[in-house]
Amino acid sequence: MIEILRPGPLTTVQDLGRAGYSHLGVPEAGAADAFSLRIANRLVGNLDDAAALEMTGEGSSLRFETDGFVALTGGRLEATLDDAPVPMYQTLAVKAGTVLECGRITFGWRSYLAVAGGIRTAAVLGSVSTDTLAGLGGVPLAAGQHLETGAHAGAPAFYMRHPPYYPQATVLRVQAGPQQDWFSADARRLFATSAFRVLSRSDRTGARLEGPVLAHDRDMELPSMGVTMGAVQVPPSGQPIVLLANHGATGGYPLIANVISADIGAMAQLAPGAELRFSEVNRETALELLREQETRLDTSLLGADPALLAARALMVLAGQHTSLKQAAVADGVRRIRIRRGD
Amino acid sequence: MGDSALLVETGDAAAAQELRRVLRELTLPGLRQLVPGATSLLIVVNPLLTDLDDLARRLPELRRTPAEALPPRQHEFGVRYDGADLDPAARMLGMDTAELVRRHTAPAYTVAFLGFAPGFPYLTGLDPLLRLPRRADPRLQVPAGSVALAGEFCGIYPMATPGGWHVLGRCEARLFDPGRSPPALLAPGDRVRFKARS
Repeated sequence: MIEILRPGPLTTVQDLGRAGYSHLGVPEAGAADAFSLRIANRLVGNLDDAAALEMTGEGSSLRFETDGFVALTGGRLEATLDDAPVPMYQTLAVKAGTVLECGRITFGWRSYLAVAGGIRTAAVLGSVSTDTLAGLGGVPLAAGQHLETGAHAGAPAFYMRHPPYYPQATVLRVQAGPQQDWFSADARRLFATSAFRVLSRSDRTGARLEGPVLAHDRDMELPSMGVTMGAVQVPPSGQPIVLLANHGATGGYPLIANVISADIGAMAQLAPGAELRFSEVNRETALELLREQETRLDTSLLGADPALLAARALMVLAGQHTSLKQAAVADGVRRIRIRRGD
Repeated sequence: MGDSALLVETGDAAAAQELRRVLRELTLPGLRQLVPGATSLLIVVNPLLTDLDDLARRLPELRRTPAEALPPRQHEFGVRYDGADLDPAARMLGMDTAELVRRHTAPAYTVAFLGFAPGFPYLTGLDPLLRLPRRADPRLQVPAGSVALAGEFCGIYPMATPGGWHVLGRCEARLFDPGRSPPALLAPGDRVRFKARS
């Protein structure tokens, strides 16, 4: 069990979403940055689709009511366990009563907290994801709420080598959209060469962008069609919207491009104010980059002795807090303390 | 559409439904969604498990495969025609509200596809004289059960949501219930009739 002490601006329970119901108008929802969710789950020994917490803009503060293991991934934040700084991207052991405090998210926009055994809330249509558009599967977390966690086996101890980093000025790779020819050559050139900015009106349904106006060439209405995450739709205002995990099942605006699957996580990590550009690739490249990302997931999570995890914690944290003299990591049995200079 | 989906132009909603039934029988590895639209079917897969280029090559043959056609289900919904847009819509269409209601209750509509919100049906068969563009200024809240018009479609809002369609009235039908199987009351291909009630 976990008690939410301070939820942060928007913290929701997410898994990999509701597959198979879009034909009934049900949004998929699920983690906006599924890659980070999967890393967090693997770090605590869960299956990829276990439910975890997605924290937006700022992390939560919570108290563990049972012993267990947790991991933090995604947008960078500073975190403490009972006031001792702890690193992201590795397994952390927690005791009943331990308080985790997460700070503001920098270099990214969404952070994930996975718990060994997963978060247990009632599934709706095969998923526990909080759907902020259609209102399915729970609501954003509130202070005082208690979350149940599942049973887990063993004491996982993993860390991620070269964890992802999310610069707030980036290039997203795209493929040409199905309605690309609805746009003038001028609009297509502007799309390919201009910088866009993420607006604060963005949410889990889509990232609203500000940039040069992308004019439609045709003055006709597009018949409603199914749409996917990463689709870049252009409403009559000419300001594009990149669809994120909680997008509606169908849409009626022309799509100028689609962000490739391997870059959806990077897209979801762009905070309001971040700058981005688009660069077109073909399907072969898109699939190759997706394969590389899967390989990275399978080869960068390394099992480690708890002493090694403590050493890593010190190394990571020393870079963040210059005054830090020691780091402590518990593996469920022992508590290991490493001092600077050891 | 992108690296993980194929948007197949089918020409109309019925052909999209038929292709959907054929593809459901195929059990494609990593299949995530089959989403019919007004004139298309979107096939969403895990592209590392299903080769979309290969699937695209097989489509002409798959589209010739006859799908098992089920007899359409019939629904009749009682509507209280007292919606916020009933009078303004009648004025814009140049008819009185009685004629608007008469024309709206006359046809048997067909569910073309569902979208916008869980269980929201796009109904075709609307009297062409009742076509109106969407409201320029969408309402922040349209009540659940609202029966509304936009363009060539009639729709029913399953839950209270923002909406830009012209609301003619309200029905009591529970269009979406996640605890029910299937969760949506209406399925593509179903026939719907409206009956005015006081």
